[in-house]
Amino acid sequence: MSHILLRHRDIADLDKLSVYKKNGGLAAFKNAVTKMKPTAVTDVVKNSGLRGRGGAGFPTGMKWSFIDNKNWPHYVVANADESEPGTFKDREIMEGNPFQFLEGLALACYAVGANVGYVYLRGEFWELGAALDEQIAELEEAGYLGDKLFGTDYSLRIYTHLGAGAYICGEETALLESLEGKRGQPRNRPPFPPAVGLYGKPTIINNVETFTNVPMILANGAEWYKTMGTADSPGVKIFSLSGRVRKPGNYELPLGTTFRDLIYKHGGGVQDSRKVKAIMPAGASSSLILVDDDKVLDTPMDYATVRTLKADLGSASIIVIDDTVSMGWLINKTVHFFNHESCGKCTPCREGTYWMTHLTERIQGGHGAKADVDLLLNVAKQMQGKCLCALGEFSTMAVVSGIERFRQDFDQAVKA
Amino acid sequence: MSLAKKYPKEVKQILSKYPPEGKRSAVMPLLFLAQREDGYINKAAMQDIAKMLEITETDVAAVVGFYTLYHEKKEGKYRMQVCTDLPCALRGAEKFMDALCSNLGIKVGETTPDGIVTLEAVMCLAACDKAPMFQTQGPDGIKYHENMTVDRTMELMRTLKNAVGEAQ
Repeated sequence: MSHILLRHRDIADLDKLSVYKKNGGLAAFKNAVTKMKPTAVTDVVKNSGLRGRGGAGFPTGMKWSFIDNKNWPHYVVANADESEPGTFKDREIMEGNPFQFLEGLALACYAVGANVGYVYLRGEFWELGAALDEQIAELEEAGYLGDKLFGTDYSLRIYTHLGAGAYICGEETALLESLEGKRGQPRNRPPFPPAVGLYGKPTIINNVETFTNVPMILANGAEWYKTMGTADSPGVKIFSLSGRVRKPGNYELPLGTTFRDLIYKHGGGVQDSRKVKAIMPAGASSSLILVDDDKVLDTPMDYATVRTLKADLGSASIIVIDDTVSMGWLINKTVHFFNHESCGKCTPCREGTYWMTHLTERIQGGHGAKADVDLLLNVAKQMQGKCLCALGEFSTMAVVSGIERFRQDFDQAVKA
Repeated sequence: MSLAKKYPKEVKQILSKYPPEGKRSAVMPLLFLAQREDGYINKAAMQDIAKMLEITETDVAAVVGFYTLYHEKKEGKYRMQVCTDLPCALRGAEKFMDALCSNLGIKVGETTPDGIVTLEAVMCLAACDKAPMFQTQGPDGIKYHENMTVDRTMELMRTLKNAVGEAQ
């Protein structure tokens, strides 16, 4: 099957504007601006069933329809802050197929009446930002961005903005704070960004992969898009596969593909032919799926079905953990990550991640007692449901599921 | 010298990205610009940026302190930032880091005696399928180095050393 998002793997030099155009690129945008009403663009996206690919899986067209039309101007922001451990798909899209991403962003801007769009990139994507700046300039030169596009009254500018190393800025309201030139700390919600966003104005924020779907949906229609994936989760998804597999990388597959197909058929199986012990389907933010029964691997990866395994598909960053890995070591890693990345605004997350690192460090270092494991579980559970944003909640996922589903690993660590 | 005098073209281009009511948004790109030459941001640069954007020096310092890619201390010419996060660690990043330390003769957080490289351990850099990997942050921005070995890293060390030598 040819790719829809990672099309650069099928078409050489797709990062050149001439090649992108030769392969049908920008026709959907021109058609929308010259022949479609903005709301008609939103309707097509709504009918396609596309869900946000950043992690939450919220229906994209519905989000766009929430834009407040009584308050102007409107903004659209692309979340290119890709920082979840195990996620590296947006980077490949922007490197290989940048114009399709930019066209998707432009279509979203037109659909909600925004004349300015921003691409918020994590600061580490320095070289990518420079490349995008050049590609944006090329689009301006070619008349696809700028004033009065295609002889209509619609004008659009796109700008890049680099972050500077903060995982929390992937949270959409923290991203807005950061884009406004402040510390990246989440805002209270509601109001949600489609009502009050960038500079207090209505704003739509979507992930890079979400935008990259949009030109193909507009070009081929909502019905075409729904022929892929499942009824609840239509379309394709890029699965970032990492950890102890032979062939880590990005795999664009229909939603509903099984873990087994991803790991064994595409990923070449587990290193040293070991057994899969656990899977984190949503990066470090994930609950640990216990793979004690081989049948678990036959679970289809779509948003609803992964939930039956008491985990979330999230951004589909599949980290494979084999039977050589101790969960005490693993959660020490994830807890340190969240402690480092906690923005410090709300107490449960700031203090909770701090105390959890002390406990995981003690347990992992061989100085822990059984009571420390119980206390760690207690701290994690106390944090749940009390944090301002999802980061705090995420920090507890691997801890709680790790201790509850792999207790023997912890018993061994404190015994030794 | 003020940033506007030193980099007039860059400053103008940065300010043009944001609406007048969102002028403060320019603080992050301006801080990168201020850091370009020496690899860190001093108090005078923060005052300069605060004045330019009509915000307080504290507002600027709060941003500098929050984000890991801004530095307030002079370190090596390049920062070698090795990802040791979970997915990279599952692919040998910790062993790689240990080997790097013994080859460079420094610990994590230290700078090589020639002042070329400061070695740091950092969080996920979105390159989990290409571990071991690191980025270098230096005067020419940030660059990724993926699927690295100790040998290739030592080779890069020589390249960086030559580049610094030529620049001086």
